[in-house]
Amino acid sequence: MTTPAIDVRSVSKHFAGVRALTGVCLDLRPGEVHALVGENGAGKSTLIKLVTGVYRPDGGEVRYLGEPVAFAHPRDAQAAGISTIYQEVNLVPMRSVAGNLYLGREPTNRLGLIDFRRMRRDARTILAGYGITVDVRRRLGELGLGVQQMIAVARALSTDARVVVMDEPTSSLEPREVDLLLDVVALLRRRQVAVLYVTHKLDEVFRICDRVTVLRDGRLVHTGPVAGTTRLRLVATMLGRDTDQIRRHGTTTFSDPAVSDQRGRTTGIPEATGTPVLRADGLTRRPVLDGVSLDVHAGEVVGLAGLLGSGRTETAKAVFGADRLDAGAISVDGARARRWNPAAAIRGGIGMVPEDRKAEGIIGDLSVRDNIVLAALPRLTTAGFVSRRRQDEIVDTFVRRLRVKVSSPGQRVRELSGGNQQKVLLARMLCLSPRVLILDEPTRGIDVGAKAEIQSLISELAALGLGVLLISSELEEVVEGAGRVLVLRDGAVVGMLRGDDVSEDHIMRVIAQASGDGRPPRAPAAPRGGL
Amino acid sequence: MTAVENATAASAGPRAVTRLLWWRPDRAGTPVVLALVLVAGSLTFGGSFASGRNLGNIALDSSYLLLIATGMTFVILSGGIDLSVGSLLALSGVLTAYGSRWGTLAAVLLPLAVCGVIGLVNGLLIGRAGIAPFIVTLAALLFARGLAFAVADEGNTVHIIPADLALTQLGQARWLGLSAPVWFALAAFAAGVVVLNRTRFGQATFAVGDSQEAAELMGLPVARVRVLVYVLSALLTGIAGVLVAAQTQSGLPTIGEGRELEAIAAVVIGGTLLTGGAGTLGGTLAGVLLLKVIQNLINQVGTLTAYYQQVVSGTFLVVVVLIQSRLTRRRTR
Repeated sequence: MTTPAIDVRSVSKHFAGVRALTGVCLDLRPGEVHALVGENGAGKSTLIKLVTGVYRPDGGEVRYLGEPVAFAHPRDAQAAGISTIYQEVNLVPMRSVAGNLYLGREPTNRLGLIDFRRMRRDARTILAGYGITVDVRRRLGELGLGVQQMIAVARALSTDARVVVMDEPTSSLEPREVDLLLDVVALLRRRQVAVLYVTHKLDEVFRICDRVTVLRDGRLVHTGPVAGTTRLRLVATMLGRDTDQIRRHGTTTFSDPAVSDQRGRTTGIPEATGTPVLRADGLTRRPVLDGVSLDVHAGEVVGLAGLLGSGRTETAKAVFGADRLDAGAISVDGARARRWNPAAAIRGGIGMVPEDRKAEGIIGDLSVRDNIVLAALPRLTTAGFVSRRRQDEIVDTFVRRLRVKVSSPGQRVRELSGGNQQKVLLARMLCLSPRVLILDEPTRGIDVGAKAEIQSLISELAALGLGVLLISSELEEVVEGAGRVLVLRDGAVVGMLRGDDVSEDHIMRVIAQASGDGRPPRAPAAPRGGL
Repeated sequence: MTAVENATAASAGPRAVTRLLWWRPDRAGTPVVLALVLVAGSLTFGGSFASGRNLGNIALDSSYLLLIATGMTFVILSGGIDLSVGSLLALSGVLTAYGSRWGTLAAVLLPLAVCGVIGLVNGLLIGRAGIAPFIVTLAALLFARGLAFAVADEGNTVHIIPADLALTQLGQARWLGLSAPVWFALAAFAAGVVVLNRTRFGQATFAVGDSQEAAELMGLPVARVRVLVYVLSALLTGIAGVLVAAQTQSGLPTIGEGRELEAIAAVVIGGTLLTGGAGTLGGTLAGVLLLKVIQNLINQVGTLTAYYQQVVSGTFLVVVVLIQSRLTRRRTR
């Protein structure tokens, strides 16, 4: 066997006491495309940063071409022949294409001045090698993201890279551009370059990769040839579910018409009847959302499930009017909304608790009182003055009802635990007396006790007639909390489960099946039945 | 491949002219405005404006600002800002006059060495220690102004440069009808153009201002670039200070107040993005001349006070920045 280009030997890494990686091994051979998959927080980023010289391991070692290495800086790794293509194009958009290809190593003439003519000529030759014909004098930023990503690849390779690390290179590309990029990856393989391909798109794993390594919670949970695994097993491994249990159902159920029959049946007649409080039709925001439709009835908890990058949060934001849409419509009580933005959503009785509590939710330096009444201020204001008495009433009520642990309403939110901060956010939305609440990862990063409390709170609220759109990366939470679950993949609804069909198994099978070759990857996945 | 073909097709055709004028205001906008203002000035005021003598005065007046703005262009392109240059101009002038007692060499080297060190400290604090350029150079502004007053004994002592010194003769010399400072400024400007456009340092300056993170990941020496631009800015300002002192035969600690803002205005009017990454020195030259020509024109109108120059400059600045931000928005959409 040839020497691996990269040999990661049981590396560990922790940050401020939190273990990001524990004893992870990985070998990357010349001429192979090696997929690295895992959910959020699995340690993918940490691992590639160890390989590319951004971090140094706390334990274990990284070998490059058989020799142990310790790069002090990404620059050193690059000079040694390890290049990285990042998720977001990491080039300078206002410089020319040729300039970007050659930045830092421009060809110079005898006087030490840059020889632009040669640089442009060489740039054209290099790009032509990848089938890209583009005016190399143009500003990079004027080109499509796909072409930009290709130029990043070309730059990485023109440094004579032996190893190319690609970190979710297709996440912002259109399908057509993805094809272009994957062609180049195949070209790399033929040139005996070792490619580490980080992705959360399973069909790319099966289209282009030779081997796959799965990380979960900072540990290696699987590594082996792609040919020897199935989508279902990969999904189960990534999510840490019992593969044996699923296997008993038989992996053949993928092609088993029974599954689709079952799904067809389950999505037949809606349980909740009448006009939905909230209804979204064909929400599209390229390239992250592709015709997502959903509805939420009063008293119903609708779950949104899907892998990382499937469009869960994007759906939530689109429904709430926080992002501009390419197409789609929102109806409240059956009436189609004309202008839709967060303010209109709130007026229409829709509330949202965003995913990123710190960045988009709480205002840490304000008091619990101020945080709770923030969105309700317009309703508490008479002639420009805010009634302190009515504020206090509201705050008292919710602090009591949600059992928020605070020393006083004046306490700064920053000082609260994650769970209590989340309750403050819930209170902020609840005091608007909404009819639908969108909860994006309501229990992320909070302790077990608070988590259970919030989950039971959601059920209570639904029992009182509140419609809830529940988004969670934890299948368990969706399965237990939601009466109906929409499964998303690549920004489209690929399945709907309701009642007894809502199980972790079932959701995983829908996710895995949706990435099968039989279906076009962007099949409209028409919302059936109740939608 | 359609995207690629479209991309190529869009660059050709009759839109090229429109693009040159509007899409790249940094390339064409300011020079066009400058030309219009020059023509309008000549038509309105005739000989009193378009005379060789008056134009020579404009050139001399512009030369100090051009030196400062050339350095400022590098700083702004790298994504920074240098507020210290006005004070440094004064400090350099005072030190020139102070050092002139030991001869021309000392009178030139002393201010340049001090400015170089201050620029280096600015650069290290910004590039290595990671402190915001605004804060660092604001501190340097106070420091340099204070030092200038201290050397000039709180402004009570005006150090005079002896008339027989070679420096004095140099500062007041005229070659081919233009004052020596104009030639120095043009030489520095030309050198700046070559460094910015034809060296790796220059290209890296653009890249750092465009996206510091990307530049870092592309393996460019980001910290070194960020240090060097402040050294360059301080040195060019130092040269301007020496020339001012040589011209006036004295070093006044009060000069140069607000010059940093004037230089920033010239750079931005010249089409350089205040956020860095895009711009040209040619634009800066046009920006400097535009400011100075407008100033001169307003002086020609006897009834207007010189302060209207600032009114007009301010208006220009707003218009240019407005156009810039609209273009940037269009590009990022």
